[in-house]
Amino acid sequence: MTSRTKVRDTRLRGYAPLVAIALLAVLLLVVAPATLSQFRLNSLGKYLCWAIAAVGIGLAWGRGGMLVMGQGVFFGLGGYAMAMHLKLEAAGPGGVPDFMVLYGDGTMPAFWEPFRSGPFTLAAIVLLPAAVATALGWLIFKRKVKGAYFAILTQAMAVVFATLLIATIKETGGFNGLNQFTTFFGYNLYDPVNKQMVYSIAAGALIGCLVVAWQLYRSRFGELLVATRDAEERVRFLGHDPANIKLVAFVVAAVMASIGGALFAPIAGIISPSDVDATASIFLIAGVALGGRALLLGPALGAITVGFGRTYLSEQFPTQWTYFLGLLFVLVILLLPRGVGDLPRALRAGLRGRSA
Amino acid sequence: MSIQHHAPDELGHDYLEIRGLTVDFDGFKAVDGVDLTLLQGRLHFLIGPNGAGKTTLVDAVTGLVAGTGLARYRNQDLLGMRSHRIVRAGIGRTFQTATVFEELTVLQNLDIAGGIHRRAWAMALARRGVPAYVEQALEAIGLQDLRDRPAGVLAHGQKQWLEIGMLLVQDAKVMLLDEPVAGMSAEEREETGELLRRIGYERTIVVIEHDMEFVRRFADVVTVMHAGTVLAEGSVSEIQADPRVQEVYLGRQLDAVADDEGAAEVEAQVQAEVEATVEEGGRRA
Repeated sequence: MTSRTKVRDTRLRGYAPLVAIALLAVLLLVVAPATLSQFRLNSLGKYLCWAIAAVGIGLAWGRGGMLVMGQGVFFGLGGYAMAMHLKLEAAGPGGVPDFMVLYGDGTMPAFWEPFRSGPFTLAAIVLLPAAVATALGWLIFKRKVKGAYFAILTQAMAVVFATLLIATIKETGGFNGLNQFTTFFGYNLYDPVNKQMVYSIAAGALIGCLVVAWQLYRSRFGELLVATRDAEERVRFLGHDPANIKLVAFVVAAVMASIGGALFAPIAGIISPSDVDATASIFLIAGVALGGRALLLGPALGAITVGFGRTYLSEQFPTQWTYFLGLLFVLVILLLPRGVGDLPRALRAGLRGRSA
Repeated sequence: MSIQHHAPDELGHDYLEIRGLTVDFDGFKAVDGVDLTLLQGRLHFLIGPNGAGKTTLVDAVTGLVAGTGLARYRNQDLLGMRSHRIVRAGIGRTFQTATVFEELTVLQNLDIAGGIHRRAWAMALARRGVPAYVEQALEAIGLQDLRDRPAGVLAHGQKQWLEIGMLLVQDAKVMLLDEPVAGMSAEEREETGELLRRIGYERTIVVIEHDMEFVRRFADVVTVMHAGTVLAEGSVSEIQADPRVQEVYLGRQLDAVADDEGAAEVEAQVQAEVEATVEEGGRRA
């Protein structure tokens, strides 16, 4: 009898995260649109895109132990894929994006052509980062590159990617990036109703990614991923190649970052190298560290907080805001190395320690 | 050499056949041309002084260090295979320092060991209930009461049992156990020996051991290693009567002792390196 109650208890606890995700869904999809101004809602939409990428980082870093310092690359792959499609939509059938006439001779590179198709673009947003992450991850993990070397390597990827974008002004818009989108799959982006729709898609995508992460964390794969994080070589003696386990987490994280980037372009109205470079990648990591990298909701809430903090602090203190953000990080890393989301557990442990 | 081997099909059972196994660390032969036939259904003990090459032999058979020669199991040569493939071929091992997943519960540790027998898509699902084979392993190692505790809180001996339980879930047909009873109380040793007897019936179990009392009590076959080679093989009484074994264990000459210490040093160093690799994953980024 007691054992049955116990089973029920653990089962309830198992679904508690779903309730939290549902609460967040209500907050983002019902409460926020009803209370926030159009401008604030749009800003929140941007944070949600970072949060989507952050969920993936939580999986790769928090659960998989891979400090992915170059998620901007995958954020950018999705962002640019979507932006290219939107530019071609704005240019009209057979048209050429405006910047190509401005900076070049008005001929479009061949790789742009397929992005006229909406379905192709959507497929590319998922498959392109998956393919790139699989190829990269295969090389990295089979060679047993890990720890600081892995972090530096991924960071370097972001630098290379941004440099490449800046250098190819005729093909990718260079430093300016891609902007001035008019429609999103036929919907006018200047219409507030449509802007709210894009926001809702981003909120929905975040909720979807959280549910995927929840399922992965509770699955046997999730346990194996944590085991690989904590004792990689031991996992070999369970009959698994740890490279494959890490690869799966890395690819899922890449796809999530790409989806975030793809929704960022229409919401922000621009995607440029500064949205995908090393600094942008570090801001993503920062949000995850702040919220709690190994927790389910920690990375997303952390990313939203950092996004909000960037806007709020830069409005209040235009010149000093980065110092505040820096200070916040120093405090969190010192006092709560597992993130703010770890506070309840840390408090419980502290109370237990005192009463014992 | 006058070592007698049991004919492999004498029992018509599984066996692991090692021929001319050599592990060369930059000129130092930690294992030097070892021939061994390990049969199913027998508790096979590997003994010898420190530095004799016992652990290195197990490391070579499980892909942790490179070896030359032959280690054949079911028509596959294990040498040259990668560690996780060797495990999938049915060979399991434990380490001198128990390496369980400290943050996972006892139950999760056992369950995770069954991964190689599950389909890929099943990995994406959560565990529902306790599979029968996990329940059986839990029962076999007697840790039912601790099933929901994190493995990190277990006592040293319990961790060794948990590792043996993980090998059961893994369904390892060959179990290579590196000093499983080191640091255990007499009672725990007895229980461990009984456990090995129970599960050894349908498996090939090799135990590296220093504790002669434990060896006397449970060994069916004993192989004595010395300086990387097999010195003698036979039953406990045969081994004890062997003058060469007595010499190695009791009346060692001074130069032999000096030799031994050199070998022990090198092997201890190699072993530390291997263990560092194994535990490297434990440090979180």
